Amino acid sequence: MRIFKPKEKEVDNNAISSFWNVVLNIMIGLFAFTCVFPFLFVIAISFTDEKVLAINGFSLIPDKFSMAAYEFVFSTGDQLLRSLGVTLTVTVIGTIISLILITTYAYVLSRRTFRYRNFFSFFAFFTMLFSGGMVPNYIVATQFLHLYNTIWALILPIAMNAFFILVMRTFFLTTVPDALVEAAKIDGSGELRTFVQIVLPISLPGIATIGLFCTLGYWNDWFNALLYIDDAKLVPLQAMLMRIQNNMEFVIQNSMQMGSSFEIAATMPKETVRMAMVVLATLPIALAYPFFQKYFVQGLTVGSLKE
Amino acid sequence: MSAFFKSLKNDKALWFMVLPGTLWFLIFCYLPMFGTIIAFKDFKIHRDGFFASVLNSEWVGIDNFKFLFSTEDAYLITRNTILYNVALIFLGLVLAVTIAIALNELVNKRMAKVYQTAMFMPYFLSWVIIGFFTFSFLSVDKGILNQIIVFFGGDPVSWYADSRFWPFIIIFMGIWKSIGYSSVVYLAAIAGIDKSYYEAAMIDGASKWQQIKYITLPLLKPLMIILTILAIGGIFRSDFGLFYQIPRDSGAIYSVTNVIDTYIYRSMSTTGNLGMSTAAGLYQSVVGFILVMLTNYIVKKISKENAIF
Repeated sequence: MRIFKPKEKEVDNNAISSFWNVVLNIMIGLFAFTCVFPFLFVIAISFTDEKVLAINGFSLIPDKFSMAAYEFVFSTGDQLLRSLGVTLTVTVIGTIISLILITTYAYVLSRRTFRYRNFFSFFAFFTMLFSGGMVPNYIVATQFLHLYNTIWALILPIAMNAFFILVMRTFFLTTVPDALVEAAKIDGSGELRTFVQIVLPISLPGIATIGLFCTLGYWNDWFNALLYIDDAKLVPLQAMLMRIQNNMEFVIQNSMQMGSSFEIAATMPKETVRMAMVVLATLPIALAYPFFQKYFVQGLTVGSLKE
Repeated sequence: MSAFFKSLKNDKALWFMVLPGTLWFLIFCYLPMFGTIIAFKDFKIHRDGFFASVLNSEWVGIDNFKFLFSTEDAYLITRNTILYNVALIFLGLVLAVTIAIALNELVNKRMAKVYQTAMFMPYFLSWVIIGFFTFSFLSVDKGILNQIIVFFGGDPVSWYADSRFWPFIIIFMGIWKSIGYSSVVYLAAIAGIDKSYYEAAMIDGASKWQQIKYITLPLLKPLMIILTILAIGGIFRSDFGLFYQIPRDSGAIYSVTNVIDTYIYRSMSTTGNLGMSTAAGLYQSVVGFILVMLTNYIVKKISKENAIF
């Protein structure tokens, strides 16, 4: 406990000189700017008039401002909505499944009285050191589990990983005292009840951290779609963006107005529509992550701790 | 054995809880490990499912490996993977620590927070999105780089077909995406250093530079070692998105952008030679595994407390 509390406006004698402060601010500031600049640039492109863009190329300040790309996306972009639906479904269901799998497994690893604790720790940890590789994974998913063109192909392969389990275990070990679990046992609470009613509530910050990592993983995943999804109805947002890189037709071939797809293809503002879709797919993350940043930082720092 | 059954009986609930995760690991990690035996087989899909396909395929010994290493590709992808990873690991380490120290020294903490948030942004975006970002710079007819080159009287460069630039582009983008993440890890470690070290050093007249050299860096060393071991263990793996999305799968630059992972994916999806692709994957896994064990062993010899296991 501190009895003497110094004034907050205390002069820090160990601070760097104002010259170096300015230099460092400029250098880091410039680099930080390059990290957000491309996003701003893409927003600018998406609001540019397609004809002007064809002449001038991409520019930060459009000569002629236009909403045409967004109008097109919202009027003809059924595929965007469908893909958004797929991504949302996968993200929500996937995060729930991941959290159930990870918290239960990690909790067992954190119980010091469990005889086979070390065995299961190693069982998880070994998968970080060695893996079967892409092809056997693919064969298992398609030949054994028959996941091809199902929504589960976007969820199950990334539902768990050893790293999250180790982070979660560290959370449990540091926030849930053994005595608490013992006390609950003496009071007649079963293991499962103790876990759900006592352990989970006090581990919420850890669960939030892992939950956010999982959410981000599902939202940003395109690799599983590349491997396992061919059906346009199941293409998630990121994979849709990948498909329109060279071929804009994917957006319209599944549109409601089937008859006129040639017309649409001829008149659509292709380049700006692409960028508008990039903006729409990025916006939720760009707006949300500053609020969740601290949980990610927490996860990163806990993850780098050893037991 | 009786101890096992006793545990099964007494810790019923715990066994029940560990079961779903165990099943996941069995199916998605250990079953594929078993599946790597097709690297030694001529893999044919059998109508009775996965096990029948794996077991009934004909043994071909090390033919798949012979075929893999007889091509020039094997050398190329190994070289690319290792060189890119070495560059990314060491440049990433130096920059992450430098930025973390610099952020920590900034007088205005609120600005430091703003910079950190901005630098963290790329980490949250997928490689697909970042592929579009790079395209807005590198597009031949519309990209901003060619506009600048033309403005200064140069000839436009067809970026996606010219292999000279890609080592720099790949390394730049790899660092760009991950630096916010890794510098935050070090920043958190710096924040955890006891302030009294610095106070004592200052009273003894140590300059800022000396404080960094004799206090901050030595105290960050364990973390740097752990993260580097992990990274060296993964030196045979690469971030698939960086090498697949950023060059837009452009064939003209495969010689400098093809790495083991993209090679496996391409040979699996285009040639359908599953035996050979699996062999490439097994080569990657085995060498990777040996590298982790070796690095960990060496670290253990030098300073025991820094080893991972």
